[in-house]
Amino acid sequence: MSTATAKKPRLTTSAMIASIASEGQRTIAAPFGKALVTLAEQRPEIVGLTADLAKYTDLHLFGQAFPERFFQMGMAEQLLMAAAGGIAKEGFMPFATTYAVFGTRRAFDFVHQVIAEENLNVKLCCALPGLTTGYGPSHQAAEDLALVRAIPGMTVIDPCDALDIEQAVPAIAAHNGPVYMRLLRGNVPLVLDEYDYKFELGKAKLLRGGNDVLLIASGIMTMRSLEVASALAADQVDVAVLHVPTIKPLDTATILAEASRSGRLVVVAENHTTVGGLGEAVATALLTAGVSPQFRQIALPDAFLDAGALPTLHDRYGISTDAMAKTIKTWLA
Amino acid sequence: MNTPSDTGRQAKLAEHAYRLRRFALRMGEVQGQGYVGQALGYADVLAVAYCHAMNLRPDTPEWEGRDRFLLSHGHYAIAFYAALIEAGIIPEDELETYGSDDSRLPMSGMATYTPGMEISGGSLGQGLPIAVGMALGLRLKGNPAFVYNSMSDGELDEGSTWEAAMGAAHHGLGNLICLVDINNQQADGPSSKVMGFEPLADKWASFGWHVQRVDGNDLPAVITAFDTARALTEAKPRVILFDTLMGKGVPFLEAREKNHFIRVDPPEWQQALDILDQAQGAAR
Repeated sequence: MSTATAKKPRLTTSAMIASIASEGQRTIAAPFGKALVTLAEQRPEIVGLTADLAKYTDLHLFGQAFPERFFQMGMAEQLLMAAAGGIAKEGFMPFATTYAVFGTRRAFDFVHQVIAEENLNVKLCCALPGLTTGYGPSHQAAEDLALVRAIPGMTVIDPCDALDIEQAVPAIAAHNGPVYMRLLRGNVPLVLDEYDYKFELGKAKLLRGGNDVLLIASGIMTMRSLEVASALAADQVDVAVLHVPTIKPLDTATILAEASRSGRLVVVAENHTTVGGLGEAVATALLTAGVSPQFRQIALPDAFLDAGALPTLHDRYGISTDAMAKTIKTWLA
Repeated sequence: MNTPSDTGRQAKLAEHAYRLRRFALRMGEVQGQGYVGQALGYADVLAVAYCHAMNLRPDTPEWEGRDRFLLSHGHYAIAFYAALIEAGIIPEDELETYGSDDSRLPMSGMATYTPGMEISGGSLGQGLPIAVGMALGLRLKGNPAFVYNSMSDGELDEGSTWEAAMGAAHHGLGNLICLVDINNQQADGPSSKVMGFEPLADKWASFGWHVQRVDGNDLPAVITAFDTARALTEAKPRVILFDTLMGKGVPFLEAREKNHFIRVDPPEWQQALDILDQAQGAAR
């Protein structure tokens, strides 16, 4: 018998539904949906709208709990955003969910003109941020932060894990005005409970100190940065991690205070292209304040990204833990 | 057949429409330009909306019980300000500031600038989907007010209009009334040539809407259309398609080569006002 086909390795495939959690990692299921249901029990003005993605943004939990406050807008993102603005004008607080590509790229003018221009109290919670799907550029929101950062008055949140999301939901509800929050859905890693950490809107938090490298990160890249710090500790490289869950308004005071400490390589790590995200925001803040440490960016390239399995792609584009550790060691050499 | 009270009401609304046209022309004269062709064409519809159909409290433009009127076509602001003046929401002398720096009356409608302006229109195709959200919100609150979305025929080209048309029907929004001004003129020429939209009544009906199509410069027909839309008990959204004539009421502007932005020479503003005054004087 020929062994050629029998021994053929199983190919890795694109991973739409797969959790971003690594094997064996602790996770919490649907932290956004659960947190919203809990909050909505106290806040009758909260309503939920989606564009045919309730199940894929964990908003279905809200829909089951409060069917009369849940509105299906169909696969129509312009309608989703404008209707969210309209219902906000009537005194409600809509949480509108879709994928980040559709919420930003497809419906941009509706977010800009209907919601932001009138400072309406709409919370956009958009799943699959950055490179968190292998479906290729149609679904990869590699530039979502650049787009929403450019909108005046928009608050922009990039949570790291289930704990961050659970705490961010009431915090963004307490803020009066439009918010864009990157959403992690399904089984979401739980990481930050091991640190002395609490989500505060507009605050960056130092999760661990270190004398050689300052890693400034947001979203899932904070989780990766913590793993990198542990890995490099074995090589006697001392890495500090500053988590910046609020991209806008940026906590420049904390970032400047940390980056001003001399002798450290400053690295911004983001699940976003090099254009217009956290890296450029931090660089602008540093230069404007006359702080000029050795500065590097770990980010997705300014390119249309490949389709494939997420671990493969994260390695390819340098945002996996191993790739990040290797890159940083190169910079230190 | 008209009853005496119908006739009286029509005469009163004709007077409102005449005054509305005058206000629009006077604002146009301030800047030497403006969308006066549209304002003259749409004045009858706006007069019926603001002086007959809608529930309003002029001294409290944000009264919770008001009917909402969304000016999706923000460039119709000159017509809309005229309606707000006629309805008593904005003082008449403020029209002298039209389009000037720091005025509450910018050339394109802005929600945060003007009392009674519900939305910042102008990015066309946004009014109707906003109206869907407001209508859902009103229903959820148990507020019986209507949401009117006013739009141009050019906005029929926008995909978001039809997203909203589907959504409004799907959600059975009987508190939503869409008004479409069909003057068959958009930026690049006749709307039917830029992007054919007929058969328009059939389109809306097939989307699940109650449809009326009337001559938007025939006051009795406009009044009846508004009354019918408000009185329906069906849980479906309503649209009134108004065929209007740009420049209506000023024959030399009606006859002018049709353009999205009608040209008016300096002496013509007063000539146009005189023509309106003479016609209204004769009608009285």
